[in-house]
Amino acid sequence: MELDAITNKVLDAIDTNGFKQQGAYNLRYNGAALCHGDSENIRIRRKEDKQGIDVYISSKAQGEQVHIPVVISQSGMMDVVYNDFYIEESADVVIVAGCGIHNSGCNETRHDGIHAFHVGKNAKVVYEEKHYGEGEGTGENILNPVTQIYMEEGSMFTLDTVQIRGVDSTKRITDVDMGPESRLFVMEKLMTHDKQTAVSNMEVRMNGEGSSAQIISRSVAKGTSSQTFHPSAVGNALCKAHVQCDAIIMDHAHVCAIPEIDAHDVDAQIVHEAAIGRINNEQLLKLRSFGMKEEEAEAVIIDNFLQ
Amino acid sequence: MLEVRNLAYEVVENGEKITIVKDINFSVEDGEMLVITGPNGGGKTTVAKLLMGVLSATGGKLLLDGVDIAPMAIDERAKAGIGYAFQQPPIFKGMTIRRLLNLAAGEELSEDICCELLSSVGMCAREYLDREVDATLSGGERKRVEIATVLAKQHKLCIFDEPEAGIDLWSFSMLVKEFEKIHKEKKETLVLISHQEKIIRMADRILVIKDGTVDRCGAAGEILPLLFGGEDSCACINRKGGNGYGVGCDNK
Repeated sequence: MELDAITNKVLDAIDTNGFKQQGAYNLRYNGAALCHGDSENIRIRRKEDKQGIDVYISSKAQGEQVHIPVVISQSGMMDVVYNDFYIEESADVVIVAGCGIHNSGCNETRHDGIHAFHVGKNAKVVYEEKHYGEGEGTGENILNPVTQIYMEEGSMFTLDTVQIRGVDSTKRITDVDMGPESRLFVMEKLMTHDKQTAVSNMEVRMNGEGSSAQIISRSVAKGTSSQTFHPSAVGNALCKAHVQCDAIIMDHAHVCAIPEIDAHDVDAQIVHEAAIGRINNEQLLKLRSFGMKEEEAEAVIIDNFLQ
Repeated sequence: MLEVRNLAYEVVENGEKITIVKDINFSVEDGEMLVITGPNGGGKTTVAKLLMGVLSATGGKLLLDGVDIAPMAIDERAKAGIGYAFQQPPIFKGMTIRRLLNLAAGEELSEDICCELLSSVGMCAREYLDREVDATLSGGERKRVEIATVLAKQHKLCIFDEPEAGIDLWSFSMLVKEFEKIHKEKKETLVLISHQEKIIRMADRILVIKDGTVDRCGAAGEILPLLFGGEDSCACINRKGGNGYGVGCDNK
């Protein structure tokens, strides 16, 4: 299917792996599935009772990718979608999601993506989610993702979320239940500017013995934007977790980081750290000693911080 | 050629003017190595920062090949050909060592060149390339990466502020060899702030700074005996005037 220039541009921004109408994919466009394909090991089925899809990933999927981007170019659209992923035992898959809004109107445009992952025993999942907004309109772009992850024994889940620009408001909810010997890696990268607001609430429950979680959040707040992070690691068994929130604050922005650790077992080892600060003058001077102007140096620092 | 004329730096604290350095005069010929040494807190790092533009001089002239660089900002001085290794290098969360070297070089370096640069400062190169320049590196490792960033590009003038600080003996030997190599090739002028005898003995010229001003300045052959041989070195550093090495000394 031929996609228009706006859709292609937005897809380039949210799917850096390169969206192709090949293998397993589903492109949701302005509230409806525009095109989709299955692979031998990954089947995508439209839900009967509500908006969204069920994605079935078989054990035979090893190193495969499935792309499920969402593009909205209709100003004023309120899109709510429920996607469920069933990942069989020992499967190894990369799921590339993400939502991009091109808003050329004056109406608020919103996408709420509710994703649930049922991760089988010893399965390995990398989930990449990029959020992006653009357009010459004055209407706000709002993205509210909900991510629920249920991890069985020995499974591994990497959650890599990025929100770089153009999203006026976001409220993220992430809920994770971890089985024995399961491992979770969360990397949340966020940049807000102007009057944007971002709230991220996360609760990771380490219920199984030997489970471990690493939760890292890195953010940059510019202008008068506001960010609140509240990651919570709950240890209900012998487990290990590390929660880290790092933020660069600029201009008149506001950043609030509340890392929470909550142990219900004497063998739970949970550590948290949080740091908020402006761009370090020594960093700027070092990069300027390479011949960069101050603005260039600042851009490099932010770019690398969010890498 | 670098010429420093009556360099001064003052700050105002609580309405009171405080002189940090004053009457600093010296020059370094192309390809020469000048070592600046002297007691802690004497003003050596301030002079180095004034040369690079990390601090702005409140008086005097800085001539690089006859052009007064004093009004230039740090990035303009970098473009004019000055490289600078900070005494206490900053950390960069999210930035890999490879990326930092590329930025320092102003171009994408091959993996082999990155490895050579790190090897020259005593780092087992490949394993470090994708490490972040963050707190997971030790102080000595950060220092060696800092030096490698200056070596990543050809400069007219390289300034190293206490390159030996925090570096183990083995890496220090590698570093000395690297300085010897640069010095031998005479392609770059070197200014090193150092307390290390091994580095001081490599110098063509030595500048001793104490209490914010020049205490001694001259050819290595003249200053070395005053620092390390014959007379008591502290007494020599403390004694002003005499032998033509007093305040405002010039090597012309």
